Amino acid sequence: MGCIGNIHSVESFGTVDGPGVRYVVFMQGCPMRCLYCHNPDTWEINGGEKMTVEQILEGYDSCKEFLKNGGITVTGGEPLVQIDFVTELFEAAKKRGIHTCLDSSGITFNRNAETLKKFDRLMESTDLVMLDIKHISDEEHKKLTSHSNKNILDFAQYLCDKKIEVWIRHVVVPGITYNEKYLRELGYFLGGLKNIKALDVLPYHDMGKVKYKNLGMKYALENTEPLPKEDAVKARDIIVQGIKERLHDDNNKK
Amino acid sequence: MMNKELPAQWEGFKTGLWTSSVNVRDFIQKNYTPYEGDSSFLAGPTDNTKALWDEVLDLFKQEREKDGVLDMDTKIPSTIVSHGAAYLKNGKETIVGFQTDKPLKRAFMPFGGIRTAVTACKSYGYEVDQELIDIFTNWRKTHNQGVFEIYTPEMRAARHAHIITGLPDAYGRGRIIGDYRRVALYGVDRLIQDKQEQHASVVGDMTADICRLREELADQISALKDLKKLANIYGYDISQPASDVKEAIQWTYFGYLAAVKEQNGAAMSLGRTSTFLDIYAERDLASGKYTEEQIQEFIDHFIMKLRMVRFARIPEYNALFAGDPTWVTESLGGIGIDGRSMVTKMSYRYLNTLDNLGTSPEPNMTVLWSTRLPENWKKYCAEMSIKTSSIQYENDDMMRVTHGDDYAIACCVSSMRVGKEMQFFGARANLAKCLLYAINGGVDEKLGEQIGPKYRPITSEYLDFDEVMEKFHDMMEWLAGLYVETLNCIHYMHDKYCYEKLQMALHDRDVHRWFATGIAGLSVVADSLSAIKYAKVKTVRNEQGIVVDYEIEGDFPKYGNNDDRVDQLAVDLVNDFMNMIRKHPTYRGAVPTTSILTITSNVAYGKNTGSTPDGRKAGVPLAPGANPMHGRDSHGAVASLASVSKLPFGNAQDGISNTFSIIPNALGKDSTVFMGDLDLDRLGKE
Repeated sequence: MGCIGNIHSVESFGTVDGPGVRYVVFMQGCPMRCLYCHNPDTWEINGGEKMTVEQILEGYDSCKEFLKNGGITVTGGEPLVQIDFVTELFEAAKKRGIHTCLDSSGITFNRNAETLKKFDRLMESTDLVMLDIKHISDEEHKKLTSHSNKNILDFAQYLCDKKIEVWIRHVVVPGITYNEKYLRELGYFLGGLKNIKALDVLPYHDMGKVKYKNLGMKYALENTEPLPKEDAVKARDIIVQGIKERLHDDNNKK
Repeated sequence: MMNKELPAQWEGFKTGLWTSSVNVRDFIQKNYTPYEGDSSFLAGPTDNTKALWDEVLDLFKQEREKDGVLDMDTKIPSTIVSHGAAYLKNGKETIVGFQTDKPLKRAFMPFGGIRTAVTACKSYGYEVDQELIDIFTNWRKTHNQGVFEIYTPEMRAARHAHIITGLPDAYGRGRIIGDYRRVALYGVDRLIQDKQEQHASVVGDMTADICRLREELADQISALKDLKKLANIYGYDISQPASDVKEAIQWTYFGYLAAVKEQNGAAMSLGRTSTFLDIYAERDLASGKYTEEQIQEFIDHFIMKLRMVRFARIPEYNALFAGDPTWVTESLGGIGIDGRSMVTKMSYRYLNTLDNLGTSPEPNMTVLWSTRLPENWKKYCAEMSIKTSSIQYENDDMMRVTHGDDYAIACCVSSMRVGKEMQFFGARANLAKCLLYAINGGVDEKLGEQIGPKYRPITSEYLDFDEVMEKFHDMMEWLAGLYVETLNCIHYMHDKYCYEKLQMALHDRDVHRWFATGIAGLSVVADSLSAIKYAKVKTVRNEQGIVVDYEIEGDFPKYGNNDDRVDQLAVDLVNDFMNMIRKHPTYRGAVPTTSILTITSNVAYGKNTGSTPDGRKAGVPLAPGANPMHGRDSHGAVASLASVSKLPFGNAQDGISNTFSIIPNALGKDSTVFMGDLDLDRLGKE
């Protein structure tokens, strides 16, 4: 009996959510309320279409010729809200030799025995985690997402200990995360992790605006301008500088 | 038949079959050097090139300011030797030759049809000499006159109603690629000798076929003689083989130039010249005769010339083809049947012109794509595509199976072995309209006239799938038959009055002829049939009782979403139509193929097609080629591509095109922001 997931949509030609061309599954449900979220239509856990693991893999199979160097990415929403489904999907995918990637904010992570057991099992069949760190400052993280970041940073450490490959994603928003101090701190934190394979700095864009309008919702960042690419490059360089500082400090300690 | 002693110009080449018979492929295979390196060896434009290109850009500007036509010839019917020499800045051009006595001046080409030629001039304010009009109206018959003399009323009606459309019955059919490389490799004298031997070999019962072939071979020989004269006008003697890369490019270009002086074809493609020319370049680089800069300069100047090919065309033609395309298609790369990559440094040099001269749709650089191409070449192509949006890709892995490794693309997708195959271009049958005829019993939904056979129309309010399919098949049978017959008329007359003697002189004696039919409206018909099958489609009739619109109740699977329920309908359509075409005898025993490739004309076809049962409204463009209808592919690009990839190439061998637009950001990460391969160890040491 296959597990059933609430699926917002699937994209058969995902090129920005992990290595290669990927089959991307957008899942319903997210406990965070990030001000800049561009998928507010995925917040509700009960929305979307009910699909089985088998149905998703059939979808993958129907275009696998195009996905040779890619794989499956689950994103959302926050896919970990439906961790049991994701685990079954990844386990089935691994059996077929498909590369699996989890795009997550880590928000549901904690070290309760039961939760940890579930995460441990999921990580057995996860090739790559794209971890989206929204803000390095706990206080600012709360303002931005309505949640603390403590368990998220702990999740990063957990992935490091488990030696799971991680790509870090960070959205740079003018007035929120486009801040030298915070970017440097983020880099300094990342420098302490050993499993980071890529850094993906995403300049804030406001393409989500129209969705809010269609959903009759207020868009909190109405007056925030998209971040120009040059600034994203600057932000990335600051993060990298932070990483280097941490690596140097750690080397000196040795 | 070869002289025992090999020409001095062949020194250093490995001999083979090609030395004793005309066989360019063998020459290439024995002598080319695959290149696996990257693009770092490429040279930028020389000062001469920049100066020349500035002058050309200025001419382009003047041309645009004069409504797209700089000048037109109204006095001289164009032939291979009709005009004197013309130059840009004499002395700076390393590769020379223009179609008329001035750059960008459009030649007068009446053999396809005098009326079209005159109208083309008139629409830009040019008056053709009355004497010329008289000659080509009263004394010398043209292709167009011949065709209309034998068209049946039914053919005229089908043409008038646009169910068969874009027919090359008033202009050059094109889609024939002369093996222009032969001029460089063998020199014209040798080619003439070869053709004379062929001429002598065609004897016997003097049936119409044999008489025609003997006459054609004689015409080919005079065309080759004229080709030598054309080179002479520019101060070259091309009777002997080219002796270096510059000459090889020039000789090849003279061959091509003669073709575009003789024919105003719908597509005048160049072939597959880069790897051939690379052999000369390698030899000259090794001997120190030319530097990389010089060779790139020759190529830049050659490509510059190809960008300046012009034809006089009527505004309706330009509307059909969305602009003024010449389809100077050059096929690059690919993999040889022995498994070696056919990418050479010259393949890079051709694409490098997009950097040196800036982007351009012509010549139509077409990369023959294989998964086994060298990684560096793939990267370079991708980089140049991102930078210039000027490269077309075609599936070499698929075409190599039927065409080997010396085929080239004519126009946009029509593959043919160079010098061995040609095609009878046949435009398209509009299957969307055919479906409407099936519903309306052969009455045209736009004209209200009986165009097709008076079969019993559908009278019910709601369309029944089985009934529609049965009637649609009957109507398709009619259309396929009429279509083939019409094309037979056209190509008979084209051979007779507008024969491509120079291009055919650069072919073998016995060419394989493709009979290239085409279909328009594939996705509209597939979706319409799907709507009828899976939703409810109600007919809306006018006072005459003709169904002019449709109302759809409920949803239905749409082509372009990788859904077999509808994709199979599209597949069946291609197979069925091709098999219906095959039932009919073709002119000169040509082998029927079909294409699904209406890249621009889909707009014009849509304009002439009434509302369809898929919900498309009258006049709305059909989807281009094999594309899903705009906005109906809702499952992402791969699902859309997967639908298209189900179409059977074996029954659409003239090509299946899918126009795929994507914003660059959707193709991947911007490498300036994204840091893949993050190396922590290295960062720690920095």
